[in-house]
Amino acid sequence: MDTAQEVTNTLTEPKKTTNVSGSVALLEGLIAEGTDTIFGYPGGAIMPIYDALYDYNDKLKHILVRHEQGATHAAQGYARTSGKVGVAFATSGPGATNLVTGLADAQIDSTPMVCITGQVFAHLLGTDAFQETDVINITTPVTKWNYQVTDASEIPAVLAKAFYIARSGRPGPVLIDITKNAQLQMFDYEGYTPCEHIRSYRPKPVVRKEYIEQAAAMINTAKKPFILFGQGVLLGSAEQEFKAFVEKSGIPAAWTIMGAGAIPTDHPLNVGMLGMHGNYGPNVQTNACDVLIAIGMRFDDRVTGRLDKYAKQAKVIHLDIDPAEIDKNVKADVPVWGDCKETLPLLTELIEEKKHTDWLAEFRAYDKIEQDTLIQKELNPTEGEMTMGEVIHQLNVLTKGEAVIVTDVGQHQMVACRYAKFNNSRSNITSGGLGTMGFGLPAAIGAKFGTPDKTVVAVIGDGGFQMTLQELGTIMQTEVNVKILILNNRFLGMVRQWQQLFHEKRYSFVNITSPDFVKLADSYYIAGKRIDERAQLTGALEEMLNHPGSFLLEVMVAQEHNVFPMVPQGMSVAEIRLK
Amino acid sequence: MSNSNEIELNGKQEFTITAYTENRIGILNRIAIIFSRRKINIESLNTSPSEIEHIHRFNILIHETEEVVRKLCRQIEKQVEVLKVYYNTNEDIIWQEMALYKVPTDTIAERAPVERLLREFGARAVVIRKDYTVFETTGHREETDKLIEVLQPYGLIEFVRSARVAIIKDSEGFNRKLREFERREPGEEVIENEFLDKEKNVFTM
Repeated sequence: MDTAQEVTNTLTEPKKTTNVSGSVALLEGLIAEGTDTIFGYPGGAIMPIYDALYDYNDKLKHILVRHEQGATHAAQGYARTSGKVGVAFATSGPGATNLVTGLADAQIDSTPMVCITGQVFAHLLGTDAFQETDVINITTPVTKWNYQVTDASEIPAVLAKAFYIARSGRPGPVLIDITKNAQLQMFDYEGYTPCEHIRSYRPKPVVRKEYIEQAAAMINTAKKPFILFGQGVLLGSAEQEFKAFVEKSGIPAAWTIMGAGAIPTDHPLNVGMLGMHGNYGPNVQTNACDVLIAIGMRFDDRVTGRLDKYAKQAKVIHLDIDPAEIDKNVKADVPVWGDCKETLPLLTELIEEKKHTDWLAEFRAYDKIEQDTLIQKELNPTEGEMTMGEVIHQLNVLTKGEAVIVTDVGQHQMVACRYAKFNNSRSNITSGGLGTMGFGLPAAIGAKFGTPDKTVVAVIGDGGFQMTLQELGTIMQTEVNVKILILNNRFLGMVRQWQQLFHEKRYSFVNITSPDFVKLADSYYIAGKRIDERAQLTGALEEMLNHPGSFLLEVMVAQEHNVFPMVPQGMSVAEIRLK
Repeated sequence: MSNSNEIELNGKQEFTITAYTENRIGILNRIAIIFSRRKINIESLNTSPSEIEHIHRFNILIHETEEVVRKLCRQIEKQVEVLKVYYNTNEDIIWQEMALYKVPTDTIAERAPVERLLREFGARAVVIRKDYTVFETTGHREETDKLIEVLQPYGLIEFVRSARVAIIKDSEGFNRKLREFERREPGEEVIENEFLDKEKNVFTM
């Protein structure tokens, strides 16, 4: 090892060094990684970094959020729309613990994010110093990787590793905790070298040709093949490769909520949404197909329902970049390990061009049943209280499926995922795996910074909005243009629906009162409007969309409306209820 | 104690998981969490430097079904700083545990047939002092357990047993690959906190 180093040293010129602080090295590294926007909140233990940031105003945009949870969700929204790594700053102790929800959300939804936390001086570690918490151990289960820096000279290499780990393979959140002395310490900085390889880390498994061949043979002989696609298609930027595969194979394809938008909603082979509140056809047909081709999805329990009754008749082909996902929930007959951007073209080449006309027609027959018994009434009611569905439907009409829809969690989320049109990739931003109420508003702020040219509409329930509504302050200060559509049913709607259906209508603490949201927005100098009449809907949505800046529109919707279809918990996907 | 070679009715049996990891602060916690979050008990855990500098070898003993163990191993191998994970049944491995027994010297010298004990159990005396004697033996759990039983009447003062260490019978081992790793990409030194005892010399606020 020593000899190798000596050889290198004699062959290369000594590197030029500049004496900089750990904080400056961190900011230089962020710029080198292409970071342009940071979401954060300062505090004592991260003050040297914020001090250095003062001189980097022209290169790094810092968005001051109102709570560190907001910083992580905004960084997630930014990452999910832009395809880049989201970056968040927080101070030690309470600042860092406030990141945990966002980290957990990013971990389960595979969102690339690098969080930097300040930490107390290294010599105070473990002494219960002011604002000290053991951030590394707290965040270990909710990060893909984390590291504590106690010496400034570690910063460039650790940051490079962090970005590489966050964005490569199956992406995820990474946290770097930097002690205050390391932020202040001056050291000889040799410039920033991006990381492209870590010896113990294999982001992509080796693609095995024999499995591709087996999968192709299985697809070619299938009578009723069915594709399930998830976020892996988007994360692998494999939308084109996926479309080519779907179109050549002629196989009906259904999506998980994280995969929405990988092909447009109106694509002729897109047969709808899977899962607990997904469409009728794809859920029922899961238990009728002969070959199930899962692409970049992880068979979440909200998608599979009862596992012992899930697609038992089908051979399963599973394409995933994370070998630990294969066989985790559903046993695969053919495991296709790898990045779907690489594996899909190999598969497409080997499959025969086909049209599964009759099989597709079966899906469309189910569509018709769902349309007639449910969707028609949901989207075009003529009397009674407004439905969430008709609001989303009108929004579709006005935005033509081009908007980025960011949702919070609850009934409105399922309605938005079901009825919003997604013409573009990366246009459905939602908290899929963790189901984080409070995600919507800050994620929408980040989403707008990630894709400034698109209309960003945050669809949020009255419950979730009150979990992070302080981020209205961030909107006020940054003047970011986010359209906030609150669907207010005066209930914690999804919990109420479950209490109605499974707990004998014992409505235990789901009745939630709200402040005057429009006045609240007004106090943050954000324009707003509240409507409760159907006749006002289109006009109000137009007003919101046409308003030059942010706008909060509160729509009073039916109080006790339920989201259907529904696969009740503990039931098979084929037992999906339409009412 | 269950017969370790026998698969019980619920399909659970002893599995020894062997993991090679980078020597990095916190990796033990990352691995332990994979078990604890699934509410799986670790029967024994040994971690120590491998034959290659900067690389550690873990031996983790659990009692589970093969299905669960396979999934656990994939989750462990997924960790950034884990190089390789194997799992094996007891038939696949050679394993040993080491035990130390501390007994009062006078009692043991006066009353016990020490020579016979040592021969029967393959033990040896590590330390002999006026006040106590420490014996050491290695073997499977049942074997080291038996010596406890025998020594108990002679006033066993203290007993300690190591975690299981195991070598896989079949594989050619990871040694060659590890050496290749180290040749191509030398490992990094662990950076420990050098400021912990510097309180008085550091300005803080």
